[in-house]
Amino acid sequence: MMALALPLLVPLTTAAVLMLVRRHAVVQRWVAMAGAVLLLGSALLIFVRVNSAGVQALQIGAWPAPFGITLVADLLSAMLVVAVGVVGVAVCGVSFAGVDPRREAAGYHTLLQLLLMGVAGAFLTGDLFNLYVWFELMLVASFVLMALHRTSAQVEAAFKYVAMNLIASSIFLTALGLLYGATGTLNMAHLARVWPAMASSGIEAVVAALLLIAFSIKAGLFPLFFWLPASYPTPPAPIAAAFAGLLTKVGVYALIRVFTLLFQGAPPSLFALLLAMSAATMAVGLVAALAERDVRRVLSFNLVGHVGYTTASLTVMTPAALSGAIFYVLHHILVITNLFLVSGVLLRLRRSTEFWRLGGLRTSQPLFSLLAMIPIFSLAGVPPLSGFVGKLAIVQGMFADGAYGVGALVLVVGLLTLLSMGRTWAEVFWRPHVGTHDLTTPGTPYLAAIAGLNLLTLAMTVGAGPLVDLTARAADQLLRGDEYVRTVLGEE
Amino acid sequence: MHVLLALTSGILYAAGIYLILRRRLAQLIIGLGLLSNGTNLLIFVAGGLTRVHPPVVADGAGALMPPYADPVPQALILTAIVIGFGLLAFSLVLAHRVHAAIGSDDVDEVGRAR
Repeated sequence: MMALALPLLVPLTTAAVLMLVRRHAVVQRWVAMAGAVLLLGSALLIFVRVNSAGVQALQIGAWPAPFGITLVADLLSAMLVVAVGVVGVAVCGVSFAGVDPRREAAGYHTLLQLLLMGVAGAFLTGDLFNLYVWFELMLVASFVLMALHRTSAQVEAAFKYVAMNLIASSIFLTALGLLYGATGTLNMAHLARVWPAMASSGIEAVVAALLLIAFSIKAGLFPLFFWLPASYPTPPAPIAAAFAGLLTKVGVYALIRVFTLLFQGAPPSLFALLLAMSAATMAVGLVAALAERDVRRVLSFNLVGHVGYTTASLTVMTPAALSGAIFYVLHHILVITNLFLVSGVLLRLRRSTEFWRLGGLRTSQPLFSLLAMIPIFSLAGVPPLSGFVGKLAIVQGMFADGAYGVGALVLVVGLLTLLSMGRTWAEVFWRPHVGTHDLTTPGTPYLAAIAGLNLLTLAMTVGAGPLVDLTARAADQLLRGDEYVRTVLGEE
Repeated sequence: MHVLLALTSGILYAAGIYLILRRRLAQLIIGLGLLSNGTNLLIFVAGGLTRVHPPVVADGAGALMPPYADPVPQALILTAIVIGFGLLAFSLVLAHRVHAAIGSDDVDEVGRAR
């Protein structure tokens, strides 16, 4: 299916066009927006096709499967690429509210398109080495977006982020070298076919451990997440929103993909390790979130903690738990992107996201407060919003499998999330505030983007039934794996 | 030859990790460079060293003459070298930026500067 290449070609073309018009800020914004809308459109096209006709594959250059590079879309990939499109549209939309002119001239829009391309590529590729290349593309774009700053805190954050991710890349590449040496292939479907024969050879444990470490750094799992809260709160809100919505999710996606495709029959110690890391991630992330007094740092630690939900469900490996995890990932992409956009409005209004500078927004900005309420309470998991549905699905999946301990932990962490977001709501919006006044208005582009994401969150809430059916099918596809493998290898 | 290359790769890893654990940014970057070179060598060795025939189909022959060298690891390494070079150059500039902003390249100083 040729359309599989569109989510890569559209941002690439858009980036090239943006280079041509880099002197005209307004034109750039419109071109970037058009590119993001087209990306969303092509993602929807792929999704509709995958939903009706099953897994789709495209052999680049018509090289047959294990030899060339394959693009594959199963339901999980297709839904995630749609989410990339949504985040792209939202983030490009808020650039109409104004971007720092120096940053805009330095290629802000181009880099954002390349970032979207890297993320979409990582979701669509069927080859592990190609996944490494998309990782790097995405990282280079994010490095430069982050380093377009001058303040020492921002430069310092960027450096931590770069160093940690370069180490992760080296570890990933080491795993790929060993994997190729052992199996002679890096095509994921082909690997799934030949892997069972390697299972007892001892190389499995090494490769699995290396991949786990590399992807955990990207996903921000304990004890490898410390770069994340250090770096995410510093860039401007739209960039932070794109990073928070997409980058750690790529690590989560990679973990889901390799664990379901290669390591389903792996030794229990591997799952025990992942479970322990996930549990610690949830606990540490949310406790740290409660200790913070700055909206963006609270959000960053929530982001860290919630990654643990999905990876913990992955260790259960039942269709129900995995389905809940996929639902939660989709919900989280929308909501955390939205919340970082909300923090962008706070920055516009008060030039700060620290609690003591905020407050009183309920009376001074009633419309914005109303709009911000939905993502805040959706992340908190207040029924009936989408966060509640996702958590319910995860906990049900865990309890059904008898994983009561981790299920209970998810509930406790859910309570901590509620506390953390409830406190954020109270400090930022509800608490009366005397002193500084709002410097400006929230800005129509921000309000429109937040409202748009809110509509999608509400749609996920109202349409939770069909969506859970969809994620259940996606989980089923992942756990059985044979449709994916047969489609890629061209055996119908 | 395998053993020699494997040892070299191991030494590069060890030296790279040692330097990453040091406190100065310059050493961190050199360490990252050594680590990526060690990885490249590892892929090369893991792909198998064969010094018999090149992976090119000869005139008139229908297929490759076994044993031949596997070209894929070399292609992988080439890609990895290019990416690694770009990232290393970028992180050098960034380290320079950090040094200019903070006036020190001690990791602890960088952490304290916020």
